[in-house]
Amino acid sequence: MAAIAVFLVVEAVPALRVNKGDFFSEVIWDPNGTQTFGIAALAFGTVISSLLALVMALPVAVGVALFISHYAPRRLAGLLGYVIDLLAAVPSVVYGLWGVVFLVPFITGPWKFLNEYLGWIPLFAGDSVAGRSVLTASVILAVMILPIIAAISREVFLQVPRSHEEAALALGATRWEMIRMAVLPFGRPGVISAAMLGLGRAMGETIAVALVLPATFGISFQILTAQGNSIAANIANGFGEATPIGRGALIASGLVLFAITLVVNIAARLVIARRKEFSGAAA
Amino acid sequence: MAKQITVSGLDAYYGSHKAIEDVSMTIEPASITAFIGPSGCGKSTFLRTLNRMHEVIPGARVQGKVMLDGQDLYAGDIEPVSVRRMIGMVFQRPNPFPTMSIYENVAAGLRLNGRQAKSKTDDVVERSLRGANLWNEVKDRLNKPGAGLSGGQQQRLCIARAIAVQPDVLLMDEPCSALDPISTLAIEDLMVELKSEFTIVIVTHNMQQAARVSDRTAFFNLAGQGQPGKVIEMDETSRIFTNPSEKATEDYITGRFG
Repeated sequence: MAAIAVFLVVEAVPALRVNKGDFFSEVIWDPNGTQTFGIAALAFGTVISSLLALVMALPVAVGVALFISHYAPRRLAGLLGYVIDLLAAVPSVVYGLWGVVFLVPFITGPWKFLNEYLGWIPLFAGDSVAGRSVLTASVILAVMILPIIAAISREVFLQVPRSHEEAALALGATRWEMIRMAVLPFGRPGVISAAMLGLGRAMGETIAVALVLPATFGISFQILTAQGNSIAANIANGFGEATPIGRGALIASGLVLFAITLVVNIAARLVIARRKEFSGAAA
Repeated sequence: MAKQITVSGLDAYYGSHKAIEDVSMTIEPASITAFIGPSGCGKSTFLRTLNRMHEVIPGARVQGKVMLDGQDLYAGDIEPVSVRRMIGMVFQRPNPFPTMSIYENVAAGLRLNGRQAKSKTDDVVERSLRGANLWNEVKDRLNKPGAGLSGGQQQRLCIARAIAVQPDVLLMDEPCSALDPISTLAIEDLMVELKSEFTIVIVTHNMQQAARVSDRTAFFNLAGQGQPGKVIEMDETSRIFTNPSEKATEDYITGRFG
């Protein structure tokens, strides 16, 4: 790990030295020509597309996991669990192609509808509404990370001791109240870990995003318009024809992605550790 | 308010296996009734049919009648959830919710009945913990996790949680089998104190315990492996332990089998 980090830093430093812009705030990415580049737009694109994906995927994934673990009849649960595991193993390029070929043309209509009627919400505002937008990329990422989060959450929910569930039922809890009282609190750290794993995969996702987004540079909250990019997609798009300086710049952007992932993971660990004595580990 | 339970012709099944057969008995209000008998004779199963906890196991079902002061608990329009609010239960292993504090554990049942004023919840939590003889030990650490208490304290916490919703009946499934003798004594004392308010039914493997705390005792037995369990004899506890009318009961309590 340390050796990789050192190698990346050594590769990135020459490019950062010739950079004419400020690496952290510049939105232009042109290391090959004017040697002006900054991470701001890319990092923004990465974070917003991944966060939107997580917001969409997490509730559905938890719902699916609960259905499998606590509602579905045993045979249906087994079948669904198998399907979810299978979906979690589909390569991301498949999701990307599905996104470009099916989702982009299909979703333009709904996005126009959102823009027209909910355009007063800044997120849905903008003029050039298109299928190749940040929200479309987020939907693809959400579909991609949903099976992972669902599969891990299901395992966690199945670990809830029977005695805790019976304690809730014996108090007169309905099945849903039992889930809220015993299952969800017990599974909370596991679900957070699953979400972070999904978020990490979404942030690092390259091909699916590169196929969909038009690779523009800029910071905009208008998630329905034809713009957007991400760190990983930018590396995939630009690495082949990069000059040595361009390559260094891309490596520097990779380091930033690494740092963001690290921060997210640390934050998740802190959230889990804050309630450690209530985790049930002692029981 | 303590209520009377009347059971008639009750069979309980796990899938196609009949676990208990044709149990009929009357459980008197405001008293302690003990179920004794060898392992696997269906006494815990029978206990769980009384608050409809038996049917949460996949494939489990019940036939027969259970009346709580004249109300049929298995009538079509009765929700299992409402039965369990009237008939509380304490389990073999202490099972406080590990993600909740002591306070939240006791208040857990109240929360199911909708949000209550904080002061009212505070009152109920204090009254329940006092009722379970736990208040003095935990009053300074109500916000600490319930799982941090000792085994005996955890079991009394579970009793506090069960009585907080003011049930009519309290079912206890071997509540002391995971506890040391001192903690066991504390729970036995507590049961005797609680019987003025609740109808208490206890399953126990410890015959001295049944003799010490209960007013009436039912002896369960089964004819052989794979056969359903039945009630052999039910009577005043003093009679069961001194002068039972059935030979099997006498053999069991004198330690000749089981």
